[in-house]
Amino acid sequence: MHNKSVAELSRELDSGKVSSVELTQDFLSRIKQEDSKYNSFITVTEEQALADARSADEQRAAGNATPWTGVPFAHKDIFCTNGVRTTCGSKMLENFVPPYDATVTENFRKAGAVSLGKTNMDEFAMGSSNESSHFGAVTNPWGLSKGEKRVPGGSSGGSAAAVAARLVPAATATDTGGSIRQPAALCGVTGLKPTYGRVSRYGMIAFASSLDQGGTMARTAEDNALMLNVMAGFDPKDSTSLDRAVPDYTATLNEPLKGLRIGLPKEYFSDQLSPAMEEQVRAAIREYEKLGATVKEVSLPNAKLAIAAYYVIAPAEASANLSRFDGVRYGYRCEEPKDLLDLYTRTRAEGFGTEVKRRILVGTYALSAGYFDAYYLKAQKVRRLIQQDFINAFKEVDVLMSPTSPSPAFIQGEKTNDPVTMYLEDIFTIAINLAGVPAMSVPAGFIDGLPVGLQIIGDYFSEARLLNAAHQFQQVTDWHQREPQ
Amino acid sequence: MTISREDIEKVAVLARIRVDEEQVSALEKDLGNILDLVDQLSAADTDSVEPMAHPLDAVQRLRADEVTETDQRAAFQAIAPATENGLYLVPRVIE
Amino acid sequence: MQWDIVIGLEIHVQLATKTKIFSGSSTAYGAEPNTQANAVDLAMPGTLPVPNEQAFRYAVMFGLAVNSEIERRSVFERKNYFYPDLPKGYQTTQLERPIVGPGYVDIDLANGESKRVRIHHAHLEEDAGKSLHEDFHGMTGVDLNRAGTPLIEVVTEPDMNSAEEAVAFAKKLHSIVTSLGICDGDMSQGSMRFDVNISLKPKGSDTLGTRTETKNLNSFRFMEQAIAHEVERQMDILEDGGVIEQETRLYNGDRDESRSMRTKEEANDYRYFPCPDLLPVEIDDTFIEDARSRLPELPDARKTRFKDQYGLNDYDAGLLSGDAKLASFFEEAASHGKDAKLTANWIQGEFSARLNAEEKTVADSPITGAQLGDMIIRISDNTISSAGAKKVFDALWTGENDNVDAIIDAKGLKQVSDTGALEKMVDEVLAGMPDQVAQFQNEEDPKKRKKMLGGFMGPLMKASKGQGNPKLFNEILLKKLEG
Repeated sequence: MHNKSVAELSRELDSGKVSSVELTQDFLSRIKQEDSKYNSFITVTEEQALADARSADEQRAAGNATPWTGVPFAHKDIFCTNGVRTTCGSKMLENFVPPYDATVTENFRKAGAVSLGKTNMDEFAMGSSNESSHFGAVTNPWGLSKGEKRVPGGSSGGSAAAVAARLVPAATATDTGGSIRQPAALCGVTGLKPTYGRVSRYGMIAFASSLDQGGTMARTAEDNALMLNVMAGFDPKDSTSLDRAVPDYTATLNEPLKGLRIGLPKEYFSDQLSPAMEEQVRAAIREYEKLGATVKEVSLPNAKLAIAAYYVIAPAEASANLSRFDGVRYGYRCEEPKDLLDLYTRTRAEGFGTEVKRRILVGTYALSAGYFDAYYLKAQKVRRLIQQDFINAFKEVDVLMSPTSPSPAFIQGEKTNDPVTMYLEDIFTIAINLAGVPAMSVPAGFIDGLPVGLQIIGDYFSEARLLNAAHQFQQVTDWHQREPQ
Repeated sequence: MTISREDIEKVAVLARIRVDEEQVSALEKDLGNILDLVDQLSAADTDSVEPMAHPLDAVQRLRADEVTETDQRAAFQAIAPATENGLYLVPRVIE
Repeated sequence: MQWDIVIGLEIHVQLATKTKIFSGSSTAYGAEPNTQANAVDLAMPGTLPVPNEQAFRYAVMFGLAVNSEIERRSVFERKNYFYPDLPKGYQTTQLERPIVGPGYVDIDLANGESKRVRIHHAHLEEDAGKSLHEDFHGMTGVDLNRAGTPLIEVVTEPDMNSAEEAVAFAKKLHSIVTSLGICDGDMSQGSMRFDVNISLKPKGSDTLGTRTETKNLNSFRFMEQAIAHEVERQMDILEDGGVIEQETRLYNGDRDESRSMRTKEEANDYRYFPCPDLLPVEIDDTFIEDARSRLPELPDARKTRFKDQYGLNDYDAGLLSGDAKLASFFEEAASHGKDAKLTANWIQGEFSARLNAEEKTVADSPITGAQLGDMIIRISDNTISSAGAKKVFDALWTGENDNVDAIIDAKGLKQVSDTGALEKMVDEVLAGMPDQVAQFQNEEDPKKRKKMLGGFMGPLMKASKGQGNPKLFNEILLKKLEG
C-alpha cells in the first residue's frame, strides 16, 4: 500500500478496499519502524491522525468525499498547525504550539486529508542539506544501502526523504531559493514550486517574504497536481496572494506535448556542469523530443548574478522577519535575563543556530547605513534584470529545462564548514525565486546510484503546463517509481 | 570585500545577537566570504534599472474597516514565557 | 545677543478607525490589556498584514484638507528596532513614498496676522503598544492593545518662530482632524502626540543652528512650556559659548525639566527597506474624489461663514469655529436663540468657564445647545435678567430641571416689565430718598451721576422683590430724575 500514489490511494478508499484508518495505521507504523534511519519527522501526531482518519471514513461513507478525504500526508514543519507543535526546525520554537492554522493547513483539513505529522527541515528554511535543523540532520534514503549517510537536500529535506522512503505519499514543502526542487532532486521525488503568490503564505513561517512560496512534493506529477488543487488560490489574509482563477491541475495532465518549445539556458549548460549530470539531463530532453517537443538554446545573461543578488535580498528580508523572535510573547527565552538587552541578545544567541545567525547578520549589514545602496538596492536592480531575462526567454519558448542541482546528494558534513560552497548548491534554482516564476524538479536518472532531477521552468502561472510536461515524461520513464533500498 | 571585527560587533548589536570573541573570528571569515560572493553584483550595469521589490507587478488590496477578531488572550498567553495580569513581562524598561 | 527661534513639529495623529491598520482587531480605548491584540498584532509566526481601507481614506481626507498632493502609489517600509512594545521588531511605516505630499496650513496669531506653515509630508504608520512601568517584581508589563492602531505622522517645515506659533499650529491641526472626524482629538488618551524640533540662530542669520527634538508632548500647555524651557536651555548654552548637541530629549511637564534620551551618535540605524509583505497602494481619482466628497466644512471655511451668517467679529468667529464640537454647539444654540452675539458671549463666558472648572469637554456638557438657545430667547425678550439667566444656567447645568421656562417659573425669575407698575415703584422709592435725589440733580460729572444712579437700583430691586426689569427701571429713573 505504501508504494501507491495519492491518486491510487484515493481510488482505493473510494472503492472501499481500504479504510483511511487502515491506511493511516499502516503509514504510522512505517514511520515508527523506519524513520529512525532518516529522522525525517520532527513531530508525529498519531492520535490526531487516527481521529482525523475516522472522521474521514465517516465522510466517505456519507458520500462527502474529496479526492483527499482520508489520504495520509505530512506537513513541512514551517506551516502552523493549530494545537500541534510547529518548530520551523529551530530551538527558538521547540515548544511553540500555535493556536491558529496556516491557510495551507486549513485547506488540507477542509479537503479531509489526514496529516501524520510535521517533517524536518533546515532551521527557518535556511539551508540546502537539512543539516541546520535543531532536531538533527535528515538522512537521504538513497545511499544508505551502501552505508553512506547522504544529505536529502534542503530546506524541505524531511518532506523529500519521507516521500522517497514511502513514509507518506505526499508532503507539503516551501521553496525560497530551491528548497523544494533541490531536495526533490536529491531524493528522487517530484516537487513543484508554484508562481509567487499562487499559494497563500499566511501561517507559513517567513524566511524571505518576497521569495518564499509554498509548494508540493510527491512521487508523481499527478499527485503534485492533486496537492496544488488544494493549496492554490487567493487568500484574503495574504496581501501578496493573487486573486486569479485556479484551474483543475489534473485536467490537463494528458495533453500531448507535440509542439512544446523547450529552451535550454546556455548559462546552465556551461563547462562547470559535470559531464555525468549533463548526460542525464540531455537524455531526459531526448525523451521530450521523442514526445514531439522542439529544443533550442536560449540565454539568461544575468543568471550568473542570481546567487549574489539572492544572498543580499533573502538575508535582508530574513533579518527583519526574524526580529519577532525576541523571547517576549512566545518561543524560547533565555534563563534569568538581567536586563532587556540581555533578554534579547541571549535569547537570540541561544535560540538561533549558526546559519540563521549568519544570515541575520549578513542581512543586517546589507541594510545598514552606508551599505544599503551598494548591496540591497543594487541587488533589487539586478533582480529586475534577472526577471527580464525570463520574460524574454518565454517570448521564444514554452518551458526552460536544466539540471535541478549541480550534483547528486553529497555526504553529510561535506559542506557544512563552508557556507559559500553550500550556497552554490542552488545555482540552478535561485534565479527562479528572484523572478517569481514556477518550476518543478522531476526524477530524471541516476549517477552512481543516486537520483538526479530535471528542472522544468515555466512562465508565470503556467503550473498546469509544467505538471502536464512532467506527467507525460513520467508516462514514458520510471525514474520516479524507483525505490531506495 | 572584508568586514571588520568592529562592523561585526556593531551589526550584532543592531540584530540583538550576542557574539563572543571566538564567534567574531569565525564570522569575520564566513561573512567576508559571503560578501565576496555578493560583490559580483558590482559588475552589473544597472543604470536606469528600477529596483524590484516584488516578483509580481500587482497592487495592494485594501480591507474593509470591520472588526473580525475576538479576544483570544488566554490562548495566546498560554504559550508566552512570562505574563501577569494579562501583560507580557520583560525586564524593567528604562525610558 | 538676539536669537531667532526655529521650530518644526512632528505630530502623531491616531486615526479613528474601528480596526487596526493591518488587522481586524478593535482599536477601542480602555479594554483589558492584550484583549485586542490578535495573532497579527502579536507578530505570531507566519502572520501577515492586510491594510485597512479606512486608514487610507482618512489619510487622503487629511491631505485634501491641508492642500497637499496625494501620492498615487504609496509604499510601506519597515523601520527596524527592538523594543518590547514593538512586536515584529520593526514598525511598518512610510519613508520614500508617503501618502500625503507637501501642503500647508494657515494659522491666526494674537496680533491679528495670519501665517502659513508648510507641511513637509504626512505618512501612514502603525502605533506601538504600551509599556507599563509599574513594578511587577522588577519587571515591566507590556500591553499590545494599541499596537497596530493607525497613525498619520504629520511633519512640518521649520516654519514656526515662537511657542505661540507652534501652539497655534497644533491647535489648528487639532481642529482640522477633529472637524474631519478622522481623530477623536483626545490628547489625554494619546490621540495626538507632538514632537518638537527646536533650534536657535543669531537674529537675521540664514544658517540654521543644531536642533534638538523634544518627544511625546501630549497637551498644548506642556508643549508651550517645553518650548520655553528648551529655548532657554539652548540660549544659556549658546551665550556661554557652548554648542548644542543634536539629541532627543524628554520633557517632564510636572517638574518643568528635560533630559537627554539619546544623542545623534547613539541614534539607531533603522535599516529601512520596502516591506515585502505589502504591495504598493494605488490611490486613483475615484478614491480621491470619494474622499473629497466626505470632507465636512473645515475650520477656515466655517470661520468665514460664522462672520457672514451670524455677524460675529473675527475674534469670536475664530474661537467658535476652531473646535468642531464647540462650533456645532454654538450653531445649535444660535439657531434656537436668534441672538448670535449674545450666544457667543455666553459660550465664551459662563459655558467655557464651567467646562474648564469641571475639566470637561464640549462633548461632556450637561446642557445642550438647544437649552442654551431657549435661555437666550428669554434674555432677549426681557423675560429674565442676566442675573436671572445665571440661575437658569445653573439649574440646567446641575440637571435640576431641563426646561428653561419651567425653571423660570419655579424660581420666580420672571421680570416685571409692566411700565405702570415699575413707575409706581420708582415714585415710591424716590419719595423716600429726597437727599439723594437732590444730590444727583446737582451733580455735573456724568461719571459720578452714573454711579449715583446705581444707588437707586438696590432699593428698586428690593421693592420689586428682584423681579423688576433693570433695563426698564433704568430708563424710568433717568426720565424721572432728569425731568
